[in-house]
Amino acid sequence: MDDLDTRAAQAQAEIAAADTLDALEALRVGLLGKSGIVTAALKTLGALPPEEKKARGAEVNRIKERLADALGARKQVLEQAELDRRLASEKLDITLPGRDGERGGIHPITRALERISAIFGRLGYQRADGPEIEDDWHNFEALNFPPHHPARAMHDTFYFGDGRLLRTHTSPVQIRSMQGRQPPIRVIAPGKVYRSDSDQTHSPMFHQIEGLLVDETSSFADLKGTLAEFIRAFFERDFEMRFRPSYFPFTEPSAEVDIRWDADDGSTRWLEVLGCGMVHPNVLKNCGIDPERYTGFAFGLGVERFAMLRYGVSDLRAFFENDLRFLKQFA
Amino acid sequence: MKFSENWLRHHVPTNASRDELAATLTAIGLEVEDVAALGESLDGVIVARIVSAQKHPEADRLQVCEVDTGNGVVQIVCGAPNARAGLVAPLAMVGAQLPGGIAIKAAKLRGVESFGMLCSAKELGIDPDASGLLELPADAPVGTPLAAYLGLPDATIEIKLTPNRADCFSVRGIAFDVAAALNGGVIELDARPVPAQSDAAMKVALEAGERVPRFAGRVIDNVDASVPTPVWMAERLRRSGLRPISFLVDVTQYVMLELGQPMHAFDKAKLEGEIVVRPARAGEPLALLDGRTVELDDDFLVVSDSRGGRAARAVALGGIMGGQDTRVTEATRSVFLEAAHWIPSAIIGRSRKLGMHTDAGHRFERGVDPQLPGVAVEYATRLILDIAGGVAGPLVDVTLPQHLRAPEPILLRRARLGRVLGLAVADDEVARIFTALGMQVEPQADGWRVTAPSRRFDIEREEDLIEEVARIHGYENIPTHTPAGALTLAVEPEARLGELALREQLAARDYYEAVNLSFIGSDVLQRWGMTERLVPLANPLSADLAVMRPSLLPGLVEALRHNRARQQERVRLFEVARVFAAGDPPVETPSLAIAACGSARAEQWGEASRPLDFHDLKGELDAIVAWGGEPQRWSVHADGLPGWLHPGRGARVARDGQTVGYLGALHPQLAKALDLGPDVHVLELALEPLLARRLPKAAAVPRFPSVRRDIAVDLPEEVSWAQVEQSVRAAVGGALAELRLFDRYAGKGVETGRKSLAMGLILQDASRTLTDDDADRFVREAFAALETSCKARWRG
Repeated sequence: MDDLDTRAAQAQAEIAAADTLDALEALRVGLLGKSGIVTAALKTLGALPPEEKKARGAEVNRIKERLADALGARKQVLEQAELDRRLASEKLDITLPGRDGERGGIHPITRALERISAIFGRLGYQRADGPEIEDDWHNFEALNFPPHHPARAMHDTFYFGDGRLLRTHTSPVQIRSMQGRQPPIRVIAPGKVYRSDSDQTHSPMFHQIEGLLVDETSSFADLKGTLAEFIRAFFERDFEMRFRPSYFPFTEPSAEVDIRWDADDGSTRWLEVLGCGMVHPNVLKNCGIDPERYTGFAFGLGVERFAMLRYGVSDLRAFFENDLRFLKQFA
Repeated sequence: MKFSENWLRHHVPTNASRDELAATLTAIGLEVEDVAALGESLDGVIVARIVSAQKHPEADRLQVCEVDTGNGVVQIVCGAPNARAGLVAPLAMVGAQLPGGIAIKAAKLRGVESFGMLCSAKELGIDPDASGLLELPADAPVGTPLAAYLGLPDATIEIKLTPNRADCFSVRGIAFDVAAALNGGVIELDARPVPAQSDAAMKVALEAGERVPRFAGRVIDNVDASVPTPVWMAERLRRSGLRPISFLVDVTQYVMLELGQPMHAFDKAKLEGEIVVRPARAGEPLALLDGRTVELDDDFLVVSDSRGGRAARAVALGGIMGGQDTRVTEATRSVFLEAAHWIPSAIIGRSRKLGMHTDAGHRFERGVDPQLPGVAVEYATRLILDIAGGVAGPLVDVTLPQHLRAPEPILLRRARLGRVLGLAVADDEVARIFTALGMQVEPQADGWRVTAPSRRFDIEREEDLIEEVARIHGYENIPTHTPAGALTLAVEPEARLGELALREQLAARDYYEAVNLSFIGSDVLQRWGMTERLVPLANPLSADLAVMRPSLLPGLVEALRHNRARQQERVRLFEVARVFAAGDPPVETPSLAIAACGSARAEQWGEASRPLDFHDLKGELDAIVAWGGEPQRWSVHADGLPGWLHPGRGARVARDGQTVGYLGALHPQLAKALDLGPDVHVLELALEPLLARRLPKAAAVPRFPSVRRDIAVDLPEEVSWAQVEQSVRAAVGGALAELRLFDRYAGKGVETGRKSLAMGLILQDASRTLTDDDADRFVREAFAALETSCKARWRG
């Protein structure tokens, strides 16, 4: 008995000193295994008298539990240490670049154009489009530009041999949206337009967005409200704005919209961003809409101008050079 | 339109500051583009006379002048070439501060003392002319402050006129608008008829019908055409952007600027017989004032006289420019003044046809008040008589009344005004605005009857009146609110992929969006072999922007080259835009194009790099097609390729059997011509088929497990995967849920001319779990099919 006690005490010291899982397992087998000393001690119990057997059995089981606990505890310690060692050896350079993380980007004009369209989409404006190669009637005549009208001279027009032309504005989409349809109408028409003009601040192709609303109650006050909301939404800030009387054959009254823009040097200046007005009764009539019953407003804006202001692009030509060093800035 | 601020203020007196005046002009639609202050700092600058001028003893270019200041004589050293005894010129005295901050001090110039500076117009900030001293009239009062003498300070205001406001090509026209906006009034113009002092007159006949319905003229004899133009007149002209020329010409310019009526002065002595206004004859020559001789046709109008027969000789190009032969000179003693009404459609485009631009032509193109000719001649007559003397004959004012339209009254309904503007403007404000603009107003129960003055022929209908009220009342005084009314939801159909979504997907696949111009040069297209159904511009900007692009690729590959030339080895671009083909109407097809080159993956540390190949780009096609959810409708074909594609590494793409585009490597010859390598791959597809998208219809998820069997076969090189796939599918039928090609090998171990393919058959039955026997049977059937149709041999 005393022998087992002594051995157990000695074994506990050995368990505490075991420094590998293998050594610990060898100890476990020597103590608790099939031919371990504790197992052997339990086997001797059968030969003892019943009263002694009970006391001795309880004693051996206590020792067995104590040893099992010690083995378990030590095993946990050793396993943890081994895990720690392994984890320490599995360290990666997490700062190496990830795989296939490259991403392209959409063009800043698309980006601005889609943002503008989305804002008006939320106001219930439906997207519309028309051909880029237009006829004179849709691009001019129906918009109240009679032949030889001086306002035509302001549109440097590209022509084709058959008299067709490249649309000089997105306004013909107004006509196409109204024809064969009755109000209420809310459309937004983004697209490419063309003027035969090319220098630092003019591109022969650029992008416009046309907006049109026709219903029974729309007024100039609604136009002002709509555009003020739009400007605030697009730039996510408030601007001092002014509506300045202007002239477009297809709207009356007409206005140009200026915003008070902060230059980089801290100065401010008025910057023209939009043209707009109440749809001219002749235009409504040309589309089969009764101008007595319905009124409407229309507006048009240059997408490049908005993209330049929003993203700080200073050279219009950069939009069409497709230099990756430029494009990557908008990814 | 440029004009002198003081001139305007003379016609519409106001206390508004210069800034307020400019702001008002812009606010009423006469957008101010520039305000150039003139003669801002002229204290200490006086009118002085050079008494004597001697050469500087030490300098060739300098003179030593004795200058009379009206208050004693001072010595001035001067370098101006026109400094001479007797000249009256501005003198900046010691202590003066000139514009630009030049302080005048007593100084020694090459050893000679100078007590001030004789000045050029530029030094005084009143004109860019720096060629010499500003020459003042000999009678200019010596000693008077220059500013007082010249009516300074002043400013040149430049406004940008919209095409509807031709009436504002004159100081008076602008004055009416300003008066209305500032609640002021315009002073009366003194254009009382000048009574005839003789019966000298020229007979005038109008023979151009509606194109010239009015012509006013007058003969003035005994005029001294050599008088200098008075300083006040010359200064007003100069500050309005016109250079004074000679007195009679200046008077016509002055009247044009003040009233808006272009005029012409003929030397009466050089005219013969009768004046006839008529269309030009084909090939008729005319020597113009600017020294050019032009050849006319019947599209032009001329003023003619009777030299060589009635109406034989053209003496002026109608509405545009006078003739050289009959122009006034300083020697002119007898003048014939002309002011006519040429209607816009008779003038529009004519100047441009001759490659010229004149103030008169510009005004007549836009339209001039038909009531003005008589007024202008009276006004000019008075100016000439007052300044240059002379004896005036009677005013000859010939009209074709049937072609002169008097302004009609227009009804403005109060309710309409309020409805269009979203604002009720007070009745008396409406009436005030119209009255101030020179309109006649008669109040009606429901609004106003308004008659516009003849100069405002832009006022034709109710909307025009509404605009007048709006702009004078002030756009800033119109409230802002949000439109009411029925709102319909603007929702894109779900069975269509949005263009933006497509673009974003491509961006997510490492492509940058490009935007190229829609035009391209025909030489580039030639190189690509794109010569069919082109749509050329009639008036292109240049040869390289002459044709509407029939494909996005030439431009996109150019963009790729642009980047390659700038140290970008791996370029991946896409563009979404329309391509054009001839037709009636021309066909515009929205398209998607991709151009890519360089390594398949961005340069990285983990795996070996390899160049982009056909199947990389085909992967893009597969991905795009997968978004639509119906890949089975798409197919690629090796036949029918365009010439710009590599014949063995290109594919024609079809949807439902219809060709919708192409992809592949550029043809090596094209690539070489473009100085590009074999790694450039392109794709172009019509956009609409790509955006079509299946609306999902859910089926039950299989309840039984699938079984996978892998097989490997070898078969002749020329057998395509599509053939293999088709054979296996046909053989296995509905039980084949998926067929995955996981290896393709040719080379050692495989007979030359053959290749090995390894594929996984994913087998699935909806009603039960497939047994091993089932699977084995399918594999046998698949192989048997491959053996017969694809000459396959079993490898495992």
